[in-house]
Amino acid sequence: MSSQAAARLDEPTLEAGLELYRRMRLIRRFEDTIQSLFQQGEVHGTTHLYSGQEAVAVGVASVLGPEDRVAGTYRGHGHALALGVEPQGLLDEMLGRATGVCGGRAGSMNVIDLEHRLIGCFGIIGGSIAAATGAALALQRVRGVAVAFFGDGTTNHGYFHECLNFAKVQGLPVLFVCENNLYGEFTPWEDVTAGQILSRPQALEIPAATIDGNDVWAVIDAAGAAVQRARGGGGPQFLEARTYRFVGHSRSDPGRYRKPGELDAWKERDPLKLARATLAERFEAGADVLDAVDSTVEALIEEIVERGLAAPYPEPAVAAEFK
Amino acid sequence: MTLDFRTAIRDALDEELARDERVIFFGEDVAKPGGVFATTGGLYERHGADRVFDTPISELAITGAAFGSAVCGLRPVIEIMFGDFLALSMDSLVNQSAKYWYLSNEQASVPLVVRSAVGGGGNFGAIHSQTPIGWFHNVPGLKLVAPSTPSDAKALLKAAIRDDNPVLFFEHKRLYGLKEDVSSSEEVATLGEARVLRSGDDVTLVSAMRGVHDCLAAAELLAGDGISAEVVDLRTIRPLDRATVLESLSRTNRLAVVEEGPVTGGWAGEVLAVAVEEALGEVDDLWRIATADAPIPYSPTLEDAFFPDAEAIAASVRERLS
Repeated sequence: MSSQAAARLDEPTLEAGLELYRRMRLIRRFEDTIQSLFQQGEVHGTTHLYSGQEAVAVGVASVLGPEDRVAGTYRGHGHALALGVEPQGLLDEMLGRATGVCGGRAGSMNVIDLEHRLIGCFGIIGGSIAAATGAALALQRVRGVAVAFFGDGTTNHGYFHECLNFAKVQGLPVLFVCENNLYGEFTPWEDVTAGQILSRPQALEIPAATIDGNDVWAVIDAAGAAVQRARGGGGPQFLEARTYRFVGHSRSDPGRYRKPGELDAWKERDPLKLARATLAERFEAGADVLDAVDSTVEALIEEIVERGLAAPYPEPAVAAEFK
Repeated sequence: MTLDFRTAIRDALDEELARDERVIFFGEDVAKPGGVFATTGGLYERHGADRVFDTPISELAITGAAFGSAVCGLRPVIEIMFGDFLALSMDSLVNQSAKYWYLSNEQASVPLVVRSAVGGGGNFGAIHSQTPIGWFHNVPGLKLVAPSTPSDAKALLKAAIRDDNPVLFFEHKRLYGLKEDVSSSEEVATLGEARVLRSGDDVTLVSAMRGVHDCLAAAELLAGDGISAEVVDLRTIRPLDRATVLESLSRTNRLAVVEEGPVTGGWAGEVLAVAVEEALGEVDDLWRIATADAPIPYSPTLEDAFFPDAEAIAASVRERLS
């Protein structure tokens, strides 16, 4: 289960490829499960699902080392699982149980798991960028790299502009990963964003590239090189990963703003579908091998749901405990 | 020896930077220029650019970076030049730093210190003169430190840097030139301990920062009228030293809280609330002496009239006691 224990996933081997696929599949099925548990009244408040964007988090996480740290967003279940946060602890957190990774104190939007290198998920956009920028001040002492995930909408936020400049003038080892899923909440990114996203880091002379965020190997190639540059003293790096969320912004959003045919077109480029095709083509992975991965994920999901629903809630007596 | 307020701040930073390599210090104009209030000269030269550095004029980035570095093992001290600019630091302080210990289920605390110059009396106008302690006062997880003397500034700043929680450390601009004769000053203070600076029987005057000096001067004026005023310096606004305030009140039965800040929603109201909840039966009178619910004016005649001074405090006490 542990990401750190696994073999290097950025190596072009069948074993590594299957593990990347397994993680993406786990995220997808985890999110499906959260949606279903939400409808059953077991997950509360709101949720922002990562379905469709799995290749970005899994690809980036696969190139990181134990000394690196990651700041995710309120759409952060994928960031957490990609880093190796225990699915049981994450699910239990969503279920509001005492056994959750934050004891039920945090919920969907604010997950923190330092043991698994996740310094936090940030419920207000831009928070991840600031946290990673600061983390890099500490990590540069140990040749670590900080990663900030954020969406296209965040590129119009104060944190974005201030922290990119701050990181650049300080030469900090940060990888800024913009997950451009084409919509900031309900609004198309191009309606509210002047110029191109990429031209913003470029104006600050931060090395930047736009990549296919649905192809996990494209993400690995770009993120691996960027992390290496940052670790080697090359200062902040920037990736704009083009991707698409298959679900609404949050649980109450039916996604009526989507352009006709857009969702179907992106589903043709489903990162899981692309990964299966690549694994079959490049490593001759048969359908039976890939289906077996799916089965292990199904079994895991079943197991964690059963345990999670049986797990205890926190005692109401500790509701105001803060010391 | 004589210690002035600026040197006290600088010495505290210098000693903590030397003591603990996890301590770093950054902000606008703090390193090479030595700070716009000349409080941090020499630190950059002594501790190097990795530990002490100038930042862009970017309060979101400065405060956010302090938070991020604190949760990854450093103990950052930042300077937000004027307290008024703390409005730009709100998200990192209120939503992130103050809640991290709790939300993370106690995986990590956030040992950061924000130094900020506050207060009026310099004709800086409405947006460079505020004392915005009230903005942060109802945020669980933040500590608020407000020293009145050079020796306290040093001992409290050192305590703030050693504290594992986010601490806002307010420096009153009109105290920077203050000098104090010190023999053996306290090395490191304990946050949350007030101090009785003058004993009295008829009324307790509670304040912080510059207001403490106004209260001491007012007590002197009142002594001439035969009114004996006790003066309590809170030193930290949160945590509040309830015991010292209530003990004083139990002897004087009258409490006036002097706050430089708008009367509505200020910390003075909280001190009164504690007194009401804990000691209502013994109290003859309690009230606030704060500034009006209005922006701070620029013109010297307006600004001078705006802030309560020793005369105004003494007049208020005489009126309430008559």
